[in-house]
Amino acid sequence: MAGSDALYGLGLDTTKIETMYYYMVLSRALDERMWILNRQGKSAFVISCQGQEGAQVGVASALDPTVDWVAPYYRDLGVVLYFGMTPREIMLGQMAKAEDPSSGGRQMPAHYGHKKRHVLTGSSPVATQVAHAAGMALAFKIRSEAAVVMTSLGEGSTNQGEFHEALNFAAVHRLPLIVVVENNGFAISVPQSKEMVVADVAAKASGYGMPGIVVRGSDPLGVHQATSEARNRALKGEGPTLIEIKTYRYTPHSSDDDDRSYKTREQLQAEKDDDAIVLFRQWMLDQKMWDDEREKALNQRVRNEVDDATDYAEAAPYPDPATLWEHVYHS
Amino acid sequence: MAVMTYLEAIRETLRQELRRDDRIIVYGEDVGVRGGVFRVTEGLQAEFGEQRVIDSPLAEAAIIGTAIGAAVNGLRPVPEIQFSDFIFPAINQIVQEAARIRYRSNGTFGVPMVIRAPFGGGVHGALYHSQSVEAFFAHVPGLKVVIPSTPYDAKGLLAAAIQDEDPVLYFEHKAAYRSLKGDVPDERYLIPIGKADLKRPGKHVSIITYGLMVSYALKAAETLDKEGISVEILDLRSIRPLDVEAILDTAKKTGKVLMVHEDNLTGGIGGEVSALIAEHALFYLDAPIVRLAGPDVPAMPYSPPLEHAFMVTPEKITEAARKLAKF
Repeated sequence: MAGSDALYGLGLDTTKIETMYYYMVLSRALDERMWILNRQGKSAFVISCQGQEGAQVGVASALDPTVDWVAPYYRDLGVVLYFGMTPREIMLGQMAKAEDPSSGGRQMPAHYGHKKRHVLTGSSPVATQVAHAAGMALAFKIRSEAAVVMTSLGEGSTNQGEFHEALNFAAVHRLPLIVVVENNGFAISVPQSKEMVVADVAAKASGYGMPGIVVRGSDPLGVHQATSEARNRALKGEGPTLIEIKTYRYTPHSSDDDDRSYKTREQLQAEKDDDAIVLFRQWMLDQKMWDDEREKALNQRVRNEVDDATDYAEAAPYPDPATLWEHVYHS
Repeated sequence: MAVMTYLEAIRETLRQELRRDDRIIVYGEDVGVRGGVFRVTEGLQAEFGEQRVIDSPLAEAAIIGTAIGAAVNGLRPVPEIQFSDFIFPAINQIVQEAARIRYRSNGTFGVPMVIRAPFGGGVHGALYHSQSVEAFFAHVPGLKVVIPSTPYDAKGLLAAAIQDEDPVLYFEHKAAYRSLKGDVPDERYLIPIGKADLKRPGKHVSIITYGLMVSYALKAAETLDKEGISVEILDLRSIRPLDVEAILDTAKKTGKVLMVHEDNLTGGIGGEVSALIAEHALFYLDAPIVRLAGPDVPAMPYSPPLEHAFMVTPEKITEAARKLAKF
């Protein structure tokens, strides 16, 4: 596995490695369950993390959820799980139930937000969160707090003005910000070649005088290392970093899309041959830190958690219609 | 107590607030070293430093977007948009984000932020330095919109806006900056957002208005007083939320309502106020409601005769109120 040599020197012990693997597997399993619920007519909308788990867990594992904040985008299931959102909390949002901590069932699924877990509420207009993350980082800088903000978005969203405005603002003020672009090659149906001329989104960083790093999502340890270095730079007052992660989207854009019209099945198979989860597991086996028995136990644990989350969310009540009027303003 | 201009009242309130609460930051284009293109923030960076009075890059969406992030993360940002005409690049951040964050997070997150923006015409500002944009924002639940009409109100409304837990747009009329003067107490005081102010009691006609137009309406009322027409003037102060009770009270009292604003007629605040009166006080009326507003042309032209033709003036208000009184 590419990047495996980087393990030594990253300061990662076996427990951390296993934790990263667990969150990748959990993200995938939860996501797969969402699609089943959708096809059963129990959940109106799904937007997936599948294919991007290595990128997401690689980033999140290099952050400190006790002090750092994330302003994720809608595919970042792996990030928010790593930051402490539980499978039950995820499924409550997926089923639009009152107890959903992100929005009380007000937003579409995957619009995560969780104050206690340092996850900023997100919206559907893309790239707005990059400016929010820069503002949060500004507050950390003004208060001289040792914390960073990580925000993420897709490569298509890097065409939005707010992405560029926020990068420039963060660079001018040398803010403790990490901007992660999860480049899965498509903005819904539009391939990167029609989204931008540059081959690497990371090249856009040079216009703002900040480092632009390219890593592969199938190499979670490489992602971890790049994020860790960006975090150190941010904490030293050296400003923001743009990290582009080359990754894949194994599903259509959402449950309302059909990717067969713009992605060949051959391409999809080639992408799946570079699946971070499969490669990471093989690497753990090669390193003799994993075996079939542990794999089986992990899968059972994840299966139980997904079942529990599904059952819990299905049984949970919907919001009372009378709450429609709540929280328009502070009360 | 001191006599101040409208502009000085805003500046001294910012100074007092910055001294009171170190979570407050002021930023925008040219607000630091230059003290703002209108000098509203003059001297603030010298007193409070570059960390709290920040010259930002020229990018409105970034100014408001970062202010939202700073507010969520514990600061009390007071960003300035240099001219309200330039607020539109930030409308995505204001409407989709600031206004909706509390609602969409089920009350978990809030955005205590005050966006200051000079607005209004009659200052040779042409199409893009004269606009009144308040109605766009007054349409949006989750936002509050205040427009002070005097130096006294400028202070009390700004302090209240900064204290508020929700995003507030604070529009300052450019022609009011130096033309309006008045007593402003030294101590901090708050004017509640959502409460109108009865500026002048009267019997025959109610003028409902806000901002610079309040002083124009007062001039009109003096003229008409000599003709035996008694004009009541209600200053809305806040256009979202509206003080529905005060609006209905004055409509019921005089039975004749003249709504005045510089913003374009169609879709302006006058339409909303008129609808409220029609719904709740129709049978108290003795005449149709009249709206005197900026004409429905895209913006204010530069050439003096054209600009004058656009502007709502004391003379136009006098004429409209006289006609209504005689209905």
